[in-house]
Amino acid sequence: MNVNQQAHMASPYRQPQPALQGYSQPGYGEPPTQYAPYNGPNPGYQQGPAPAGYFPYSSLPSKALPATLASDLSSNSSSPLDLGPVRPSPNSGPPPMLTPQGYSQYTQGDVQNGPPTMSGQPHRPPVSQPYLPGSQPAYHQHYGAPHTGMQQMTNQMSGMHVSAPPPAVSGYAPSSHPQTSVSFSGVPSFSVSSQQNSPAASLTHGQPPSQPPFPGSPPLSQSPFPGVPPPGSQAQYSSTPPLPVSQPQYSSTPPLPVSQPQYASTPPLPVSQLQYSSAPPASSQAHYPGAQPPPASQAQFSGSSQTSPFHAPSSSFAPPAGAPRHPGVQPMQALPHSQYLSGPPRQPMQGPPLSQQNHVAPGPPQPGMAPGMQGPSAQPAPPGQGQGVHPHQNGAFGQMSGPQPGYGGSYPGPQNYGAQPPPPAAPPQKRLDPDSIPSPQVSELPAVQKTRHRIDPDAIPSPIQVIEDDQANRSSEPFTTGVRGQAPPLVTTNFQVKDQGNASPSYIRCTSYNFPCTSDMAKQSQVPLAAVIKPLATLPLDEVPPYIVDHGETGPIRCNRCKAYMCPFMQFIEGGRRFQCGFCSCVTEVPPHYFQHLDHTGKRVDCYDRPELSMGTCEFTATVDYCKNNKIPQPPAFIFLIDVSYNAVKSGLVDLICAELKTLLDYLPRESSEADSCIRVGFVTYNKVLHFYNVKSSLAQPQMMVVSDVADMFVPLLDGFLVNVNESRAVINSLLDQIPEMFADTRETETVFAPVIQAGLEALKAADCAGKLFIFHSSLPIAEAPGKLKNREDKKLVGTDKEKTLFQPQTSFFGNLAKECVAQGCCVDLFLFPNQYVDVATLGVVPSQTGGSVYKYTCFQVPSDGDRFLNDLRRDVQKQVGFDAVMRVRTSTGIRATDFFGAFYMSNTTDVELAGLDCDKAVTVEFRHDDKLSEESGALMQCAVLYTSCSGQRRLRVHNLSVNCCTQLADLYRNCDTDTLINFFAKYAYRSILNSPTKTVRDALINQSAQILSCYRKNCASPSSAGQLILPECMKLLPVYLNCVLKSDVLQPGADISLDDRAYLRQLVTSMDVAESHVFFYPRLLPLQKLDVEGDTLPTAVRDSEERLSKGGLYLLENGLHLFLWVGANVQQELLQSVFNTPSFGQIDPSMTNLPELDNPYSRRLRAIIENFRAQRPRYMKLMVVKQDDKLEPIFKHFLVEDKSTSGGASYVDFLCHMHKEIRQLLS
Amino acid sequence: MATYQEFIQQNEDRDGVRFSWNVWPSSRLEATRMVVPLSCLFTPMKERPDLPPVQYEPVLCSRPTCKAVLNPLCQVDYRAKLWACNFCFQRNPFPPAYAGISEGNQPAELMPQFSTIEYIVQRGPQTPLIFLYVVDICLEEEDLQALKESLQMSLSLLPPNALVGLITFGRMVQVHELSCEGISKSYVFRGTKDLSAKQIQEMLGLTKPAAPIQQGRPAQPQDHSFSSRFLQPVHKIDMNLTDLLSELQRDPWPVPQGKRPLRSTGIALSIAVGLLEGTLPNTGARVMLFTGGPPTQGPGMVVGDELKTPIRSWHDIEKDNAKHLKKATKYYEALASRSAVNGHCIDIYACALDQTGLLEMKCCSNLTGGHIVMGDSFNTSLFKQTFQRVFSKDYNGEFRMAFGGELEVKTSRELKISGAIGPCVSLNAKGPCVSETELGLGGTSQWKICGINQFTTLGMYFEVVNQHNAPVPQGSRGAIQFITQYQHSSTQKRIRVTTVARNWADAQSQIQHIEAAFDQEAAAVLMARLGVFRAESEEGPDVLRWLDRQLIRLCQKFGQFHKDDPNSFRLSESFSLYPQFMFHLRRSPFLQVFNNSPDESSYYRHHFVRQDLTQSLIMIQPILYSYSFYGPPEPVLLDSSSILPDRILLMDTFFQLVIYHGETIAQWRKAGYQEMTEYENFKQLLQAPLDDAQEILQTRFPMPRYVDTEHGGSQARFLLSKVNPSQTHNNLYAWGQETGAPILTDDVSLQVFMDHLKKLAVSSAS
Repeated sequence: MNVNQQAHMASPYRQPQPALQGYSQPGYGEPPTQYAPYNGPNPGYQQGPAPAGYFPYSSLPSKALPATLASDLSSNSSSPLDLGPVRPSPNSGPPPMLTPQGYSQYTQGDVQNGPPTMSGQPHRPPVSQPYLPGSQPAYHQHYGAPHTGMQQMTNQMSGMHVSAPPPAVSGYAPSSHPQTSVSFSGVPSFSVSSQQNSPAASLTHGQPPSQPPFPGSPPLSQSPFPGVPPPGSQAQYSSTPPLPVSQPQYSSTPPLPVSQPQYASTPPLPVSQLQYSSAPPASSQAHYPGAQPPPASQAQFSGSSQTSPFHAPSSSFAPPAGAPRHPGVQPMQALPHSQYLSGPPRQPMQGPPLSQQNHVAPGPPQPGMAPGMQGPSAQPAPPGQGQGVHPHQNGAFGQMSGPQPGYGGSYPGPQNYGAQPPPPAAPPQKRLDPDSIPSPQVSELPAVQKTRHRIDPDAIPSPIQVIEDDQANRSSEPFTTGVRGQAPPLVTTNFQVKDQGNASPSYIRCTSYNFPCTSDMAKQSQVPLAAVIKPLATLPLDEVPPYIVDHGETGPIRCNRCKAYMCPFMQFIEGGRRFQCGFCSCVTEVPPHYFQHLDHTGKRVDCYDRPELSMGTCEFTATVDYCKNNKIPQPPAFIFLIDVSYNAVKSGLVDLICAELKTLLDYLPRESSEADSCIRVGFVTYNKVLHFYNVKSSLAQPQMMVVSDVADMFVPLLDGFLVNVNESRAVINSLLDQIPEMFADTRETETVFAPVIQAGLEALKAADCAGKLFIFHSSLPIAEAPGKLKNREDKKLVGTDKEKTLFQPQTSFFGNLAKECVAQGCCVDLFLFPNQYVDVATLGVVPSQTGGSVYKYTCFQVPSDGDRFLNDLRRDVQKQVGFDAVMRVRTSTGIRATDFFGAFYMSNTTDVELAGLDCDKAVTVEFRHDDKLSEESGALMQCAVLYTSCSGQRRLRVHNLSVNCCTQLADLYRNCDTDTLINFFAKYAYRSILNSPTKTVRDALINQSAQILSCYRKNCASPSSAGQLILPECMKLLPVYLNCVLKSDVLQPGADISLDDRAYLRQLVTSMDVAESHVFFYPRLLPLQKLDVEGDTLPTAVRDSEERLSKGGLYLLENGLHLFLWVGANVQQELLQSVFNTPSFGQIDPSMTNLPELDNPYSRRLRAIIENFRAQRPRYMKLMVVKQDDKLEPIFKHFLVEDKSTSGGASYVDFLCHMHKEIRQLLS
Repeated sequence: MATYQEFIQQNEDRDGVRFSWNVWPSSRLEATRMVVPLSCLFTPMKERPDLPPVQYEPVLCSRPTCKAVLNPLCQVDYRAKLWACNFCFQRNPFPPAYAGISEGNQPAELMPQFSTIEYIVQRGPQTPLIFLYVVDICLEEEDLQALKESLQMSLSLLPPNALVGLITFGRMVQVHELSCEGISKSYVFRGTKDLSAKQIQEMLGLTKPAAPIQQGRPAQPQDHSFSSRFLQPVHKIDMNLTDLLSELQRDPWPVPQGKRPLRSTGIALSIAVGLLEGTLPNTGARVMLFTGGPPTQGPGMVVGDELKTPIRSWHDIEKDNAKHLKKATKYYEALASRSAVNGHCIDIYACALDQTGLLEMKCCSNLTGGHIVMGDSFNTSLFKQTFQRVFSKDYNGEFRMAFGGELEVKTSRELKISGAIGPCVSLNAKGPCVSETELGLGGTSQWKICGINQFTTLGMYFEVVNQHNAPVPQGSRGAIQFITQYQHSSTQKRIRVTTVARNWADAQSQIQHIEAAFDQEAAAVLMARLGVFRAESEEGPDVLRWLDRQLIRLCQKFGQFHKDDPNSFRLSESFSLYPQFMFHLRRSPFLQVFNNSPDESSYYRHHFVRQDLTQSLIMIQPILYSYSFYGPPEPVLLDSSSILPDRILLMDTFFQLVIYHGETIAQWRKAGYQEMTEYENFKQLLQAPLDDAQEILQTRFPMPRYVDTEHGGSQARFLLSKVNPSQTHNNLYAWGQETGAPILTDDVSLQVFMDHLKKLAVSSAS
């Protein structure tokens, strides 16, 4: 149910089902017909299913494909069901590909599997092979189809693909989908995940093989196969007659290997998952119903289908596919589980004990048990799934085994069987069945209750699983950007990028890599089309920064009409004399100095010598025409403006800043080619009045100039205010020594703020340069001056319609000031050290509109926050930054960038003006259709950022990205990036609360998400019971992440969160990139008990839920802003000793912000991890040690986002149920 | 009795007073017919080495409207211990301290030789002198360096306990804090925004915090601590300040091509005034403005920063084409008034080749008794020495400067006060002795002179109000009492009282007495002051016409002639030089603006209305000495006929000191005869005028421009423009004679002038 994601999965299921049908049901007839060949296998089906996966691939694949990938779609479009047509093509194409891969994968898979379930796996391979011959044809076709579509994808996603195919299946699903729905219930996904876990490393491979099976309904089975690894399941299989059957499947699976390659080739997996979920349930069930075995299988299917969905997300990759799906399914599963649980809940659980997702396990066993057919197929899958515990439900069972194991799977086992059987009679019944099973869903209240009671958190899609799978599958191979529309690995995955014509995902990530061709489709799906662009992102060390291109005096070559810059999308024609713009199709003459001949393919001969023609990202040197006032810019300046009022002095802040600046000034950003930074620096201190300092090198001592006329700010000096650090070092040092002394006895408590910015602005104006202001500010500016603020903190407004005013600035003054700043290229970074309300919403206006950052250190004390502040400051000062930037996003005809989110200012609708742009700032851009897109040309976007480098050079950085366009919604759903989507949603919502009541915003978010998912359900998933939650593989984490956004402090404040904090977070999120927003909303929680102290691998994260914490454990949690070390009450003394140097829990000092440096491997490793974490984030995270049951623990628990929060935020499970309800309402 | 000459001299030496008439016509009608009003030049701080101040307070007449000071002219009843006020005839008892007086034991103020007496009053807090430097930093490097050195040098000349402050300005105005160690601190103000004194004090952090009410003592010491950040005793911070001055940079703001540097003189002065006004009102303070160019921005701007727009000339002013003139003048007048109210004086040291806006700013000094010094560059001895001379000391080692002077005038009943002309402002003190007729600054009997030195001289104008039909008793005398309260440079408060009396005479019967007692020098100067005063507000030709008419009327009144017979015209000895003075006055830069910039005119006039009689006369009619082998140096006529080839001439115009070598002498000098031992006498001849000039240079303030030139030299114009053009290219009758050099001018010569005068004087038509 929950799992929906994989409508596609369903299809696979279907396939299996079909197979099943073939076996039993007439209804299958059709499919069977198509499948017929399958059927053949089917009989062997149980095997078949699994094998079906493989062979079916050929046939099923078509389905799978439709669901999953484009290829699939094609087939689907015609009729997913029309496996036949699809199959052929796909088969032909992909199969070969797949096969080889498959084999390789297989081997791997086998290996993996092997370990887990020796018997099972062994069986498989052999079996599979045999199967291949037998059933392959059919499957292959199916798979083939998908593969063809996905070939590339497959390569990437082999694992995923597997699952994908299932989605494809979903495509198939139409027929079988019903079953897929079942599959949701199918825990299989879990199993898959578990599998993944277990074989993790090998999983990828293993999965792939299994995946292939998945693609077809078989995928499930396959997954099961891979899942099989779960010894348990497999064992079961083996043990149970089904096993034999399954074996046949396995045998079929062997084909899988073959097919696997396909899978590999076809990333469809994810899709497949979808399919699984969707398709499998209904159809499969239906079919199954027809045949007794089917029922079982249905059950399984359901499970499997689910699994498949799960796979999509989690295991999207190969074997894990099964498992991954499961995770994905999990949410669904929850429900399913419940169902399952109700039925054979635990058993399944137990069954797959290996994998938590017992479901799977159980599934498999049962499946195996139940229908011979299913049994085999299912079993194999189940086993695998079983391992992937959660996945189990998903689809592992559902999908593959779903039919087989799923049903057979202990899960539904009885019930399913029971239920399904009845359905067999009629597909609808099947649907009903699933519903009945998920009864909770059916009857809301009960459902909820049940879910609450019964939904196993492990049965719903697990972010951890998805992340791990992606990491496992996609980190090994570099991601090459040469092909249009490839979805990159997740942000959490470490992978290398090879720029072959599209910008690296480090620079641009899209919500979808397959844009709908028409606005109708876009509207229908409600999937936002957006890109998160981080123009100056820092690349990993092993990647080359953008090449700098100089086109000479006339500046960069551009399209005459739309002014797009030369890029790989420009088509050279007429022998190279002209080029046609990829964006507007205008033909432009090539300037003589740029002329080059074309080769026989129409490419310029020098294509690979010119970065702008061969790379997705490059940088042009701009000519004077691109400079403000047509003047080469001056090198930028940094101005440090330090609050020296009583509070700041007393807290030790002033001392700290001055001491730090002395060394920090040596590390100003510079061009890599230069020895010294060109950046000039200036200093201002202020309280009620401003003090400028003349630090000219010729002076014996610094001169202080006090400007008291804050009402009409001006800069009192020019020469000597902005100086070169090296030349004026002595004077600067003397100044920094004296500032703390001078104000040591100050009694001034009032401060001004706006004049401080004005001062910096005027200074930059006077010096005629761009620059950055670093303002260190402590209190609400209440002194008489422009921009004076009142304390307006009023918690009574929270939750009312007036709440939005709290996020709006008090006066429009700062908005106007920001405009001026932007005009001058004056970027403002604000460091706040408040002891009480400072009105961040107002103070942050200028930073947030000038591309600056706000840092906030509440109740700053040097001992506890000094490190954090200094590290932030260091990084902020040192990081690469551009000034006076203008960004424009050009797109190919048909879409248009319509909305922008981030820290910038826009004076018109197209130009994003950033006074400063640093390497951490991301801009989210939303696109809308203004015309049709075509599948052939895809959609192109070019983001050009004109900026002044830190040496004062004017540069143009150009990022190009092309994405595919689709006419099938399924393709859209198959290529989404949930993390990016969440980034967009968060930014959108955080901006909306400026104008709408928070509740409205929250509801809108939920509503849109529900629409997205229901659209998927309606259009891509196979028809299934409304009681099933079917999630697209790529979006199976959407609910959990969305819930995190909804319950974030900004949208759902707790009683203890201040308005300032909310405003602060709101502004912070606005310029976050995907990686940051991801960890911000779903913190990373690492268990530390079993730390690999020698290696550099990190322990697998656990989900953000309290129940994952063990009393005997240590856990590290980070969200990009905070870092917690949670210490369980029962942690072993040795561990405490080696970490804290104290044997007793009670003696741990909760106020420490850094771990003691102890000379033992554990401590060293732990500190290394912490350092590593800190290094990954743009802001330094202070370590907080939280002892279990200590008074600080609530703070920590606040970040366990899967749990119910004290502020009223729903738990993951509850929210999933809620979403499901919403979706069902939409569907009905 | 001695001659009137001696009498006048004696009076001047003793009281610093020169009356135009030393015998007064006894009726209003007669007085008005005298043409030259009854008036005097009064030098309140006249140096009296022989006058020891007395250490007690003066005894005042008890009549509230009178309050005259007991003086030698009072009738004293020694037995009754009573004295009768000679102004209001009030009988007053002596205060107890005078119980022991008798005819043989008189207090000083009753002794006739103490018609001028100085009291030291032990009243009120003694605040140290304050010197606030307001320094333009938009100068050429060289100029700035010289100025910085001068300022540093001046620190050693200041009284050790004096407070000093420093404000610099260019595009911005900086008020420097002086007591900082390690870092120099200043408050900066925008040069374009006028601020009220209150705002300035707030911005400088000088407002008193809402201090808890302190019982008893008002926060006097606290005040001090507040101001102390900007005003510090010299002895404490002279090192700091020296360093600070040496680190002064030229204004760092770039000056684009074709622009003048932005100079916020107006705001700088405003802040200086505001600073002192808020912290130390009514204390002796000098704001010393050093500027090297015209104010170019903000209130008080005199000219825009576009170099293509030249600064206003007389021509522009006449054409009403000086667009900033009125606004700026008004602004500076307001500043000057504020400053005057607080008793702070403003000096302007303007050194630039072009004009610096003195025309607009002159009132700052004119109203407050400050100095104006104009030079070409701060890097000249003219400025350096002049500046040094500001801090000169008298025979007692006391600074020759006094602050916050208030001059009150009392007159006997027959007289009333019409006004005063000099570096003062009216205090608007109405009283019975204030005339309704105003001459100069009138309508008051009290004036404030914020900065006074030993030369400061005011022209006081009186009106005889005694009616014709109420004759003054024979032998009675009219009396005038000048009471000057001021802060001595030693920070003591002092009161100097000068009481003078002159005889009445009936103009009809005793006209010859009156005529004989005419002081033509004083009269010339007093009339000139009236003329200059008028010139400030009237068109030049009108003033000249007025002067001419006065002269003609005087000649008609006191000349002896037959009607319509010019040749019969004679003037008595006591009037003989008067027309000549008037002739030169008419040609002087005080009334003629031709060839002078508005700044120069302002500068000359400024000095003319404050110098004493001798200096004023020099200004009207320069002195010319002739050096030759034929005898000792001799004064010669200021006439072109005095320019002879074998003479060396030394001309002193007050502002310039010109040594002119005649043609032959110049040739000799060129030939180097002075180097030859056998021509030692020639060498001595050459040296003689140099020595004399040196003597003048060393005493005069401001130091005159020193010009050493020769026949045909370009600088000879200074001489040629001053001498009476008795020989010009027009009257060739003298051409070729060896009696002088022709002057190329269309100006009338004295001879012509006199001819006309005679003609007009004897004409029955007028």
